[in-house]
Amino acid sequence: MKRLTTMVVLVAALTLLAAAGGSARSTAPAKTSAARATSLTVWVGWSARELSEFKKVVAEYDAKNADVTVKVVGGINDDKITAALRSGNGPDVVSSFTSSNVGLYCSSGGWIDLAPYISKSKIDMNQFPESTRYYTQYDGKRCALPLLADVYGFYYNKALFKKAGLTAPPKTFAELTAYAKKLTIRKGDGSLDVVGFDPVFGFYQNGIGGYQPLVGAKYFDPSGKSAISRDPGWKTLLNWQRGLIDYYGYDKLVKWQTGAGDEFSASHAFERGKLAMMMDGEWRVAFLAAEHPELKYGTAPMPVGLRSQYGSGYINGTIIGIPKAGENRDEAWKLVKYLTTSNHALASFSNGIRNVPSTVSSTKSKELKPDANFATFGKLFVNPKSSTIPITAIGADHLQTFQDFIAKWQAGKVKDLQGGLVEVDKQIDAKLKQAGGGGNSVP
Amino acid sequence: MSSLPATGAGPAAVPAVDRRRARRRAGWRRRLTVLAFLSPWLAGFAIFFGYPLVMTTYLSFFHYDLLNPPRWVGLANYRYLFGQDAQIWPAVENTLVFIAMSVPLQVLFAFGIAVLITRAKAGVGVFRTVFYLPALVPPVAATLGFVYLLNPATGPVNTILGWLGIEGPLWFNDPSWSKPSLVMLGLWGIGNTMIIFLAAVLDVPRHLYESAELDGAGGWRRLRYVTLPTISPVLLFAVVLGVIQGLQYFTQAFVAANVAAGQASQGGAVSTLELGYPEGSTLFYPVLLYYHGFRFFNMGYASAMAVLLLVVAFAATSLIIRGSRRRVHYGTTR
Repeated sequence: MKRLTTMVVLVAALTLLAAAGGSARSTAPAKTSAARATSLTVWVGWSARELSEFKKVVAEYDAKNADVTVKVVGGINDDKITAALRSGNGPDVVSSFTSSNVGLYCSSGGWIDLAPYISKSKIDMNQFPESTRYYTQYDGKRCALPLLADVYGFYYNKALFKKAGLTAPPKTFAELTAYAKKLTIRKGDGSLDVVGFDPVFGFYQNGIGGYQPLVGAKYFDPSGKSAISRDPGWKTLLNWQRGLIDYYGYDKLVKWQTGAGDEFSASHAFERGKLAMMMDGEWRVAFLAAEHPELKYGTAPMPVGLRSQYGSGYINGTIIGIPKAGENRDEAWKLVKYLTTSNHALASFSNGIRNVPSTVSSTKSKELKPDANFATFGKLFVNPKSSTIPITAIGADHLQTFQDFIAKWQAGKVKDLQGGLVEVDKQIDAKLKQAGGGGNSVP
Repeated sequence: MSSLPATGAGPAAVPAVDRRRARRRAGWRRRLTVLAFLSPWLAGFAIFFGYPLVMTTYLSFFHYDLLNPPRWVGLANYRYLFGQDAQIWPAVENTLVFIAMSVPLQVLFAFGIAVLITRAKAGVGVFRTVFYLPALVPPVAATLGFVYLLNPATGPVNTILGWLGIEGPLWFNDPSWSKPSLVMLGLWGIGNTMIIFLAAVLDVPRHLYESAELDGAGGWRRLRYVTLPTISPVLLFAVVLGVIQGLQYFTQAFVAANVAAGQASQGGAVSTLELGYPEGSTLFYPVLLYYHGFRFFNMGYASAMAVLLLVVAFAATSLIIRGSRRRVHYGTTR
């Protein structure tokens, strides 16, 4: 019995000690928090070279603000962001490449409403071009701000142009087709060696979003119904695309694509001179400088199917916000504000990764390294006809539905284009209804 | 002894009641012991199968985007699934065609290899290892390897075919060839089934073959009337497993579509990849389910799809087992 009593006392004492130790650990940070800097964690999607450039910008902020220490975690995708939001264990600041998910982040409150902070800090929202304002909010709730932007334009190989007797970039789809034919080189067996322009959707950056501003087409009507079959712009685009694909032969083009090289490597077809012209984002300027500085190329607005749209382009970009679970919201906001509105921060980061600075004033910053090829994208960015993709209750599923149809169309498997587009509209409307939402017009 | 009752119920009746009680107590103890030993598995089953199953069924009646609270929609997800979703039937068709192609071929191939290995005079261990090894390769790595080998422009297979004057197909980039390419990938990794068949074939009693030989049965008849009936439970197992795996086919199809389309490293706001590249030919039911659940944040609908998949898998398994009753022999021959 004595032994038992001794054991009980020992266990009780150990338990008390453990509890005391536990509480001492849990209160320790509170005691010293006033003396220590607030630690902020930032999640970003960038990796490798681009991540180190972002870290440089953050390090500068860190050095200027003794009250915070910022830790950057790269390589984050939306699966991780969603999981963190669900578990309530997120970072203090979060960013995403997938702006089409802003609807989810804003409507759920997973990313907090920034309106009170914006108002308190007297941020002029007009410093962000309209398209970027659009893809950082949902249903009037602003839960994100743009952090640099991606703008799509036209790249052409000057050496191949010279060889083909071409001097200036094309401005219309018709000219683009004529140029593509001139620049295409076939091998003895008829297979493709150099392709003038590859219009297959799904190849590199060829997607609906990139081509939409070139024909000024609408995705939805004002009532929120899918309007793809009712907008002649889409038919202009798809008929032009099929015409050029038929010139090459779809199978030949697909086979050439399988040897065209990885998009984000030095084996990229344009970088090796196997693709004479292409649509791509402004980031390619940095890739070309790093991987093929010897390549003589030029940039311009994409040729268009509707003349009045020349000079416009597709805009998208990284969005940044504050997750609900973040503990240091005020400090997080200061960092978000700095990254998204400081001309110096935006210009420095833009110089590092050659994305377009996302405020109007920062596109004119003297700190930006002069580069004629990159400057094209700054002009496209502020063009009022430049546009982005609509954000809906089904995220990007409406684009996916259209893209799946185009995959069959470009392969020559669709005989009735209008009938197919009507079916696409029906599918998109059914998906929106199923999700309990409607379409959303892009401003 | 002091507990013996002093009533006149009869001395024999009292111990009988006690014995019954003791037996009952012993029975309970046995059951509890069994439960205690089963508890790790029971806990795992409840946590990793029971709970997800109940939650999946529950969520199938809601619209749920993973972040907002689930919103009750009744049978709307099922109505959309059966009546309005234009992608469902192509996905079902792709899945069924794939199962119809892959299951018979995998069973035949695995069985054929097993029979050949049993007949090898030398190097049995080497053959067994060589045919089993691919089963150890992780599915993603194996798929990447196949996409590389079958690359239409730069892959070694088409290069060799080219030397022979044959223009190779576009393999994973052609809707007519994408499923056969995946079937080939499955046949390459058939090691697990092959090993099971090998064990079954080696387990066929020798005296049955000897009796058949005495009756004048040749190789084909021995196979038809001795080997196949004896290993029929294993054949049934392979078919059921193949059908269930076919219904759940995801990783290889998803990876092959992304890599063959050149989109494995794509970032950005919207992927330019079509679902089930090329031309929807690799859009299998589980791939579509994944996209709805984790790409389009439509988890309620994905749950309804998962419930249907479970019902179909259960029905298919039941049908196969019922249909095979007369053909499968479970009786021992020893």
